Amino acid sequence: MLELTQEEKAILNSELATTGDKTALSIVVKAAEMLGAKRLVKITSSHIDGCLYHGDSGVLFCENLAKNGAKAKVPTTTNVGALNFIKTNQAKLSSEKLQMAQRLMDAHINMGCTPSWTCAPYQIGARPKKGEQVAWGESNAVAFANTVLGARTNRYGDFLDIACAVSGRAPYYGLHCDKNRNAEILLDVTDLPENVKGEDTFFPVLGSVIGRLAGDRVCAVSGINKIASEDQLKALCAAAASTGAVGLVHIIGITPEATNLPHVFGNERPKESLSIDMDMMKGAFHKLSQTKQAGKIDCVALGSPHFSISECKKLLEVSEEKDFKVPVYVCTNRHTAQELKAQNIYSKLERLGVVFIIDTCVVVTPILPGSGGIMMTNSAKFAHYSAGNTGYRPIFGSLADCIKSAQNGYATLNYGPWK
Amino acid sequence: MSWCGQVLYSGTAKGTVLRLEAPISFWGGISPYNAEVVLENHPQRGVKITDKILIVPDPIGSSSSAAILLELLYAKIAPKGLILGTNKDAILPISVLVAEQMGWNTIPIIAMENPTFKSGEELEIKTDGTIHSI
Repeated sequence: MLELTQEEKAILNSELATTGDKTALSIVVKAAEMLGAKRLVKITSSHIDGCLYHGDSGVLFCENLAKNGAKAKVPTTTNVGALNFIKTNQAKLSSEKLQMAQRLMDAHINMGCTPSWTCAPYQIGARPKKGEQVAWGESNAVAFANTVLGARTNRYGDFLDIACAVSGRAPYYGLHCDKNRNAEILLDVTDLPENVKGEDTFFPVLGSVIGRLAGDRVCAVSGINKIASEDQLKALCAAAASTGAVGLVHIIGITPEATNLPHVFGNERPKESLSIDMDMMKGAFHKLSQTKQAGKIDCVALGSPHFSISECKKLLEVSEEKDFKVPVYVCTNRHTAQELKAQNIYSKLERLGVVFIIDTCVVVTPILPGSGGIMMTNSAKFAHYSAGNTGYRPIFGSLADCIKSAQNGYATLNYGPWK
Repeated sequence: MSWCGQVLYSGTAKGTVLRLEAPISFWGGISPYNAEVVLENHPQRGVKITDKILIVPDPIGSSSSAAILLELLYAKIAPKGLILGTNKDAILPISVLVAEQMGWNTIPIIAMENPTFKSGEELEIKTDGTIHSI
């Protein structure tokens, strides 16, 4: 049975709370009952997935909340929207849809959200500390918050995220609780050759494997004996949250809660233990490409999750100032774009042929020309979703391969260990 | 035959089972415009989920899936009921709570371990979470 505090009961019954506040809390309460939670937990931040336009229904709900006085009670960032405010609009939506997408984004601003419009809030300072209770939406951000930051959130979907932000609370269940953060399944990569672990594509490919094997279970990964960069961990989390419902991966020796094996398993034996071999990794690598045609490509898409400053720097460095023959879409957020401009990187990349997509990305809203084509990408998440959402068939490769392919105008892959 | 599941959202439904044969994320996997499976390489690509008792043994993927289900409910092209293999997250059920708040159609959502119903079976879901073959 769910027990509410006096304060929570008071909000639901009070004439002082706005109707919007009451609606938000009542949704959180009903969700808590559904999930078998015994109480609610106060949160310190929220990240809203529900600001991306998928249809009129979500707009009407959020406007209704905003109109009824709902206000976020904790610092709240917004995920990508369906259009971009920073440049001339790039989304090829009808004027009706553009208007609805804008209304949805406005409703969130009216509820007091910070207009960040990014799937990588952790790149712009939204970085809850280890142990902090938060309510985040957007599957990659959830996996990143739990895995890389050690904060505690479940995978909040559209609408429950804003309901949590407005009520300042979340159902206390799942990954909010200590015991549910213990790993159930152990994936060991010790036997993979060290040169594979050094590949640019290792982390997204491993993430894809993790998602398929772990499903919605917390898993631990052992055998990565090097320092992983934040961009690499971002790629792993995004991939795992695309192929599976992964919310938390403990990477032994790397992520904050994964100090040692017995600890992440709560001193119990793993329920399942698997050694990841090269065949599984190769299979996952090749599954990320959905075309056998080696030949002309129509574009390169980078930045799912949003491309970071360090990734943009690497793009510029590896390109060696050689022009691209096809558009290279770099999806990122306004904060990163501003920083790139300050460091004089933005215009250099534009001159090479980069098309910046700010506030949104090429897979969540129609931006790519025509009704389909071939997209090269280094993002497992783009590779997973692009065909269904855009009609573009992905070819997956390293950033260096993406750059070479863009410069040649056709897929140029150095398969390396993935042959 | 009858079975008992956990009621995530109470309601009644009667209809033909459609079982998802491979995991799918509603976002990116189901079209909000016509309720068709659009995921590349999915064995049921092109199949519509409208008016079915949809069995989702393995809900996966993006947290935007709630928006897709809400859109299906609003456009009256949603499944008649959902039977989920897990209730670890509220991503799909939350859409029905929102639909209720907005006064739109709602559908029953039941969670049960290893639902074995096969496509083509006729089922009835009752408010108490019992499921009957008909």
